[in-house]
Amino acid sequence: MRAEVTLRGHMYLKQRKSTFMYKRNCVHAVECAVQIFFTACAFLTIVTVAVITGYLIVNGVPAIWKIGIRDMLFSTVWSPTAKQAQYGILYIVLTSLVGTAMAVMLGVPIALLTAVYLVEIASDKMAAVMKTAVELLSGIPSVVYGMLGLMVLNPLVYRLELRLYRDSVTHQFTGGANLLSAVLVLTLMILPTVTSISESALREVPAELKASSLALGASQMQTIFKVVIPAAKPGIITAVVLGVGRAVGEALAISLVSGGCVNIPLPFYPVRFLTTAIVGEMGYAAGLHRQALFTIGLVLFIFIILVNLTLNHIVRSGDK
Amino acid sequence: MGLTWANRMCKKKSGVKIRTERLHLYYGSVHALRDITIEIAANRITALIGPSGCGKSTFLKTLNRMNDLAGNVRITGGVYLDGRDIYAPQIDVAKLRKRVGMVFQQPNPFPMSIYENIAYGPKIHGMRQKGELDRIVEESLRGAAIWDEVKNRLDEPALRLSGGQQQRLCIARALAVQPEVLLMDEPTSALDPASTIKTEELMKKLRTDYTVVVVTHNMQQALRVSDDTLFFLNGELVEAGQTKELFLAPADRRTQDYITGKFG
Repeated sequence: MRAEVTLRGHMYLKQRKSTFMYKRNCVHAVECAVQIFFTACAFLTIVTVAVITGYLIVNGVPAIWKIGIRDMLFSTVWSPTAKQAQYGILYIVLTSLVGTAMAVMLGVPIALLTAVYLVEIASDKMAAVMKTAVELLSGIPSVVYGMLGLMVLNPLVYRLELRLYRDSVTHQFTGGANLLSAVLVLTLMILPTVTSISESALREVPAELKASSLALGASQMQTIFKVVIPAAKPGIITAVVLGVGRAVGEALAISLVSGGCVNIPLPFYPVRFLTTAIVGEMGYAAGLHRQALFTIGLVLFIFIILVNLTLNHIVRSGDK
Repeated sequence: MGLTWANRMCKKKSGVKIRTERLHLYYGSVHALRDITIEIAANRITALIGPSGCGKSTFLKTLNRMNDLAGNVRITGGVYLDGRDIYAPQIDVAKLRKRVGMVFQQPNPFPMSIYENIAYGPKIHGMRQKGELDRIVEESLRGAAIWDEVKNRLDEPALRLSGGQQQRLCIARALAVQPEVLLMDEPTSALDPASTIKTEELMKKLRTDYTVVVVTHNMQQALRVSDDTLFFLNGELVEAGQTKELFLAPADRRTQDYITGKFG
């Protein structure tokens, strides 16, 4: 009994040595220094997140107070430089939501089918070539996507626009710089992420599961769509959420192709996203306008946080 | 119950269900099966035994053409199901696999409900009527001796079942497409002893309606459940015969060495 008590006491002492930050206290001076250096490096991340959050809240909230939450979030008129300045960001928020949703709806099926092709259909050689291409695609800087969109996509979309609105007297022609172009660029940009993560999810599906389906007389396509994809669902959802994150946060590429007016998000309207509003206006904004842009940044930040929380939730429930 | 079976087995003049003739199989340059000529009797349990890498699983997979899935496999000779060559060009592999079902080593239910797991096969083959599907699901689960355990939780994910239950579910899933032959690739090697016994009892019951071919690395199991045994070594069929005779008085020295545990 007594021995146990002393043993416990000993363990207690030992445990006290491990603090919140360190597993154990260092003994030598050099080790101490290294430990502190590593800790500092690690803290850089946490500090950055904290500073960004704090900064966005401090700078983004005042505009809401001054303008009023209703006049800001639920009003559609954004004219910060007018005499009677108005700061309604509803259309801007909607554009980001609708643009992202459309890009995901277009991009995810393409990416998923690409991943299926890579895993189930392509020969090893072909798959290797395609994988390299997908990786290259993800490495291309977003401004290059924007430039190509401007030079290649906009004229094509303009042609489509001309054909569709041939007889319209009210339509304002965008020259191809509109929501549709932005969505197409975003679609291309999320393809690599969604493809490669879906691909690894599909590769994780046990071979015997596929074999069981085939052994029941199912065809390869039936097996892919009814067994393999459902089995890879958690990974595919992760891929989609990451794609959403990428699309919501993208600024540069779409600022070049989306036209830039604040408008209701319809395919052939020039539009402004949360991101492109900041990119386009921060350079000259002052006073309340500048503060309103920080509020936009805050809204964007909240979107991204929500996306990440969703992701964490999925990953955790997938572990169970 | 056991007696009736025994009587029936004695009375029944077992026909030949599967026959292979001068069957060779190559994985690339590896000669994995050498000149296998054998008959597998209907409504009996045939065990395939032999050390790892002897070709027993490969042989099993030639019977429902699962080897087609691996690249660079070359097969010569013939495999005949009810006298028809299953490697003939006009054979529909999906239909063949409907007739020759398979159960794998690891229990591997699909990521869907218990009900949907069983209904999967019939649906693939065009069955749509709800009432008929319900009947097939119940019948198959009963056939695999798991109905009583799952009848109140058919909508639960199959992955929530225990390993042994999952394996019996997989057997039920294979039964649902009404096969004639059931191939089993070490079906109990991932199971605990209690589940193994249950599965073995089930296998014995299944031979009334099906021809069962089972790969096993466990000689006691072969002895317990099978009627006939084929012994493979290095891709060759060394010896085949009624299980009791083969274990009691092996004709080949290598068979004797293997079943007495000298190697393997």
